[in-house]
Amino acid sequence: MEIFLDILVAVLLILGCLMSLIAGIGLLTFPDMLTRMHAATKPQVLGFLLIFAGLAIHLRNWTIVPVLIVAWAMQLLTAPVSAHMIGRSGYRTKHAAKDTLFSDELRQVVDKVSSGSATGAIPVVDSQDHEQDGK
Amino acid sequence: MPNKNLAPRDQRIDDALDTAGVRHRATLKQEWPLLLLLVFVWGALWQDFSPGNLLFGAIIALVIVNLFPLPPVVLSGRLNLWYCVKLFAWFLGQVIAASVHVAWLAVVRGKQTRSSVIAVPLRTDSDLIVMTVGHVLTLIPGSFVLDVDRSSSTLYLHYIDVDSAREVEKARENIRDIERRLIMAIGSQDEYEAIKNECSPRVRRKKEQP
Amino acid sequence: MIEVVIWICGSLLALGGIACLIRVVKGPSILDRVLALDVMLLIISAALCLEMALNRHTDYLLFVVAACTLGFIGSVTVSRYVSDQRNA
Repeated sequence: MEIFLDILVAVLLILGCLMSLIAGIGLLTFPDMLTRMHAATKPQVLGFLLIFAGLAIHLRNWTIVPVLIVAWAMQLLTAPVSAHMIGRSGYRTKHAAKDTLFSDELRQVVDKVSSGSATGAIPVVDSQDHEQDGK
Repeated sequence: MPNKNLAPRDQRIDDALDTAGVRHRATLKQEWPLLLLLVFVWGALWQDFSPGNLLFGAIIALVIVNLFPLPPVVLSGRLNLWYCVKLFAWFLGQVIAASVHVAWLAVVRGKQTRSSVIAVPLRTDSDLIVMTVGHVLTLIPGSFVLDVDRSSSTLYLHYIDVDSAREVEKARENIRDIERRLIMAIGSQDEYEAIKNECSPRVRRKKEQP
Repeated sequence: MIEVVIWICGSLLALGGIACLIRVVKGPSILDRVLALDVMLLIISAALCLEMALNRHTDYLLFVVAACTLGFIGSVTVSRYVSDQRNA
């Protein structure tokens, strides 16, 4: 039983760290910023889940499980916030190259609204604007 | 002064204000999930779930909630635990599958990866569902939200490895599947009634083939 | 046994960290750098977890929780104030 748990711990920890390595590789190989963001999400969700599970099993300590759950849940709550902010400001400020996109269904909407300021609180697009777009 | 005769969709923008334009304070009845969560975090951080510690945590949670008031989060009042568990299991499976996919793209495809920005109009009217759909799909590697149009519940997402019109449709179908699962788990009764006879895209494709 | 595992994991994390560092140096935009530093923070948290596993203690647990909770603030702040120099 002990040896089985040890092997499980080894597999979980190594897979978790592999996620971080793949995130690093993705950061290097993907062609533009928005695609690179997908690589950055990987260790946040799956990598930490595996590492935390490995840590809890290795320490055989039930009192740290709630703390690890809190840490993982916080990661789940906050990771999309920064992903959304970075993606949005990257898209709007033309920091992200768009020539690698196959299709872009947001461009007309953004071009219409953000001819003024490039950052900051972008006004909400009314539904009427969409209708005019279609004409 | 917000106009009282707004269409239901526009009214959502003003949901933090009541008809007189006064900011709502959440009542204890609306806030108990938040309080429970704060007490759990307190207990977890101290690694001590004894009643005395939890009581102190509850006092601190009440003080925090009263010192830093937030506009109330309006829940739908419906929660199906079975669908929540199913959603979580499906989410984990999805995360693993998508992680392997993105890993393959990063190592093998590299510079040739093509992605798309697609618009997904959701069927729901509720902010909560739109927000949670965006959250869940951002957590699954391979897609994240670039922008949200609140008045028409449209999400604009960046989706990796989409380089044909057929795959754009498939991606859109996936997002609507997330929406369906979330409505089944936490959506309001009306939305649940409207959507419960739908099946997942995979089952639908199987039905259409023969 | 656990020492070998930690060595393998540490090398994987180090390679990932080097890749992030290359991306931080290469840029090309500030958002790329912020993104790479974000991943770097995750790698450091993972390394703390590995250290706890190796030496069988839980002293750094709260650092990991804090990194998970507050790590997003930096990138949100930078992306909030980033401006388009080329179009300004």
